[in-house]
Amino acid sequence: MTGDPIYTEMIIEYSKHPSNFGEIENPDISRHDSNPLCGDSIDLQIKINENKVSDVKFKGKGCSICIACTSVLTELVKGKDLDEVKKIEKDDVLGELGLEHLIRTSPVRIKCALLSLKALKYGIYSYFIEKMKDEKSAGNLKEEATNLY
Amino acid sequence: MQTTISIETIRRDFPILQRKVRDNKPLVYLDNASTSQKPIQVIDAINNYYKNQNANIHRAVYALAEEATEAYENTREKIAKFLNIQKREEIIFLRGTTEAINLVAYSWGRQNVSKDDIIVTTEYEHHSNIVPWQLLTKEKGAKLEYIGIDDNGELILDQLDSYLATGKVKLVTFSQMSNVLGTITNTEEIIKRCKKAGVKTLIDGAQSVPHMKVDLSKLGCDFFAFSAHKMLGPTGVGVLWVRKEVLETMQPFHGGGDMIREVHKYETTWNDLPYKFEAGTPNIADVIGFSAAIDYLNKIGMDNIRNHEIELTKYALDKMSKVKGITIYGTKDIAKRGGVISFNFHDVHPHDVATIIDKDGVAVRSGHHCAQVLMERLDVAATNRASFYVYNTKQEVDALIGSLNKVAELFKL
Repeated sequence: MTGDPIYTEMIIEYSKHPSNFGEIENPDISRHDSNPLCGDSIDLQIKINENKVSDVKFKGKGCSICIACTSVLTELVKGKDLDEVKKIEKDDVLGELGLEHLIRTSPVRIKCALLSLKALKYGIYSYFIEKMKDEKSAGNLKEEATNLY
Repeated sequence: MQTTISIETIRRDFPILQRKVRDNKPLVYLDNASTSQKPIQVIDAINNYYKNQNANIHRAVYALAEEATEAYENTREKIAKFLNIQKREEIIFLRGTTEAINLVAYSWGRQNVSKDDIIVTTEYEHHSNIVPWQLLTKEKGAKLEYIGIDDNGELILDQLDSYLATGKVKLVTFSQMSNVLGTITNTEEIIKRCKKAGVKTLIDGAQSVPHMKVDLSKLGCDFFAFSAHKMLGPTGVGVLWVRKEVLETMQPFHGGGDMIREVHKYETTWNDLPYKFEAGTPNIADVIGFSAAIDYLNKIGMDNIRNHEIELTKYALDKMSKVKGITIYGTKDIAKRGGVISFNFHDVHPHDVATIIDKDGVAVRSGHHCAQVLMERLDVAATNRASFYVYNTKQEVDALIGSLNKVAELFKL
């Protein structure tokens, strides 16, 4: 294939063997989101301990781009402080997989790639607002999620 | 193709088929069940109307208006001949199949369906033949029932019999060809059984009319709907045909200009058929473009089109079934199948498949094809679908196969 590659060895590998696939008992954050175009559908679950992501899992069905990016995202957030997690951006996820070009080359498939990041941002927002009653920490996460793609 | 017109000649009439996509690859367009491409004759007809004839129809007396009216009404005559319809006033121009089915649900449905009545549809319908009936049956407290499909993707007609036996069925509505499985419905048999039970029938002809000869006088259904854009014509034009005895009993769908005879402050009388159902300025230019599309199809001949697609579909099914890891849905019996092939690769998502083969310039559809009820029945989220038309060639099928082999290789199937 010519041009910017999408289906690299790494993406195929992740789509066949996703990281952190499964469910958590009594998660602190549980967020479902779907992509009507592809029919990608994921549930992201996070356990928080002392303001850190102590565990993260996801389950769902999706295309290889969605599953690979979600895998990478879970690897990125695991063990991290929530303040750091809040700062994760598009390119942090896309860069891990060499997919930065999707923003330019595929306005359609970028939605597959960023579905889990959107779920993460919404999830943390709801966690701060609903569970912690902490509007200040929730910050702009909702707007960031909405404007992701 | 067994006709005097060669496929090369046909392809030359379609400007879009000359273009390149994705790194200078020739376009291989295999999404005809979604919409067909348009020949230059259709594009020119629309252009000509705007350049030389543009005027509103049915009202003014000047030359342009007369010409525009004539060109618009000529399309109605052509459709009557094309589908063997005796009465031109049974043909209503609308935006497409979706609007046509909604008109029937809104007008005829609201007048004739009451609490506990049953509307029967099928598991392989497009959303446009499901959602209008959900709206109607919910409003009326009526029931919506489905004729299921067997593992070959064919309707289980015994289920129709058990619904008809309740005596509560008001309408059986179904597509003459599935847009996902390509199954050609045993339309004559369903209509025969419904007639015996005194039940009306609506046929969604969006997938069938473009690809095979349809004779409405022979069929004997009550409502028939189809769209221009899947049969070489422009978007935004469709037809609803209703048997005159039924149409005469129906109240208007939209109120407005052109559909009236006299309007007073509190009372209005309706225009004659079919104008009673064509409120507002219609899509004149595209109806005229549609006329050129029908001329084009007539020139090739519908039987020739069907035969060409049978040949292509046979060729494609044979080659595709040899691709590693592929599942093909629907019947293997070519006599019961149109030029539509839905498939999946084991656990590879259809959008990954479509993106990989798009890089080779091959356009297939991936998704639920507006048939989520069928996706549930097949137990898949989505499928890939290749669908053929008169201008597709075996070389294009080969290009598809080449790309599909790449998918199998990439995903190590």
